[in-house]
Amino acid sequence: MDVTGGPVRLLAATADTGRVGPLGMAASLILVAVVVVVSRWRHLDLGRQVVVACALAFVQLLLVGVGLGLVVGDGRPLWPSWIWVAAMLLYAAWITARRAPEVSGLFGLALMALGAALAVSLAVVFGLGVFRLTSRTLVPTAGLIVGNALTSTVVVARRAVEDLRDKRPEVEARLALGLPAEQAARPHLRSALRTALSPQIERTRAVGLVALPGAMTGLLLAGVDPLVAVAVQVVVMYLVLGSAAVVGAVLALGLVPRLFTADHRLRQLPRPAESA
Amino acid sequence: MGRLFSFEGVAVTLQGVASLEGVDLELPEGGCTVLVGPSGAGKSTLLRLCNRLEAPTAGVLRFRGEDVAALDPLRHRRRVGMVFQRPVAFGGTVLDNLRVARPALTVDAAAETLDQVGLPPLFLEREQATLSGGEGQRACLARTLLTEPEVLLLDEPTSSLDADAATGLERLAKDLAGRGTSLLWVTHDAAQAERLADRLVVVDGGRVEAQWT
Repeated sequence: MDVTGGPVRLLAATADTGRVGPLGMAASLILVAVVVVVSRWRHLDLGRQVVVACALAFVQLLLVGVGLGLVVGDGRPLWPSWIWVAAMLLYAAWITARRAPEVSGLFGLALMALGAALAVSLAVVFGLGVFRLTSRTLVPTAGLIVGNALTSTVVVARRAVEDLRDKRPEVEARLALGLPAEQAARPHLRSALRTALSPQIERTRAVGLVALPGAMTGLLLAGVDPLVAVAVQVVVMYLVLGSAAVVGAVLALGLVPRLFTADHRLRQLPRPAESA
Repeated sequence: MGRLFSFEGVAVTLQGVASLEGVDLELPEGGCTVLVGPSGAGKSTLLRLCNRLEAPTAGVLRFRGEDVAALDPLRHRRRVGMVFQRPVAFGGTVLDNLRVARPALTVDAAAETLDQVGLPPLFLEREQATLSGGEGQRACLARTLLTEPEVLLLDEPTSSLDADAATGLERLAKDLAGRGTSLLWVTHDAAQAERLADRLVVVDGGRVEAQWT
């Protein structure tokens, strides 16, 4: 890290080289500082939360950076990266299960859905040669897919459980007409899926018009030709959207036998605080 | 007169709380049987067992002599229709709601069904959620009738209605009973129970306390 010279030179050097000095990092906190000041001034009670979030993110990313330093690098073997990817999948499935504790067996279901979507995505990315399969490309690509799919699994599971619980009379009125559980749950699962995927779809629609997406930005900063960066971004974006949708749909379908009994009755779904 | 439902030592525990305890009860075919008792007595649980929205945690419930647990639940629910305490709208028009019960329903057949419950055909195009309490409950009854139930379960169906709408629904129920549909009507209103009942079952504290014919 270049820590010599004046602040302007340091920031300029950062843009050219992709390296960030302590001053550059401190400068990035300017707007956070503004939030803290405004929060105190207007009694918004946001300052502490923002500072804690920033500090946590810094520590987490630092630990991840150190860990990745051990795994990723030119000439490094692939197996530590695969272990990293497996750990990522397990953690994502665990997060999903923790967010909807009312659903029994959700860990296994989420693991299967995330694993299947990741397998297809990695097969496309590396099988078609979008990226060369190396320790440097595997972990970030898998992280991109799993990270976005995780949002989908968490929102689908949470929303589906809450909707089915809050609208039990509607669900039971459908069941009472002799509709099977899948049909009685369908409007509520559809609504959960829409909620989960709408932000992703909106982001995809607005891509490039409002903001340049992450992978493309990274490639541009690394000096790659813009059209090459666009091609890579398109592949990544489609895979991210596709995997989020597939994972959400698989999870939604898998929820039905877990939330209904075999004789098509909606199980009791006590709120987590009540069931604790 | 044959046995419609037979409860043999039926108990139901919901989330650790006993809702029914060792109920032995015979309900005969035909007419209107009213289950009466205070709130939380277990009346609704008795009714939900009949439609299999609940299952006994102990004992056996029989429908015309057959263990309900051994019957196809979806077919059973169409034979034993249920109207809930409050009208439940599924979204969309009244016609959309009716087609949830019978997807291939024609407009003419839908109008005939509405006529049975005293609603004009114009209601088919109305949004179900915008109906008044009484209209909504009649539309829900029409939806249930489309499954051609042999038994109709009514769980305090007039509790959210004004007096006129409640009287109208009572009259409708009596008509259905007169045409051969067996009715099980739950209420905590003793006067309503007296008006409707061919048989009266008093439920309290999760047990059947008394019954009269």
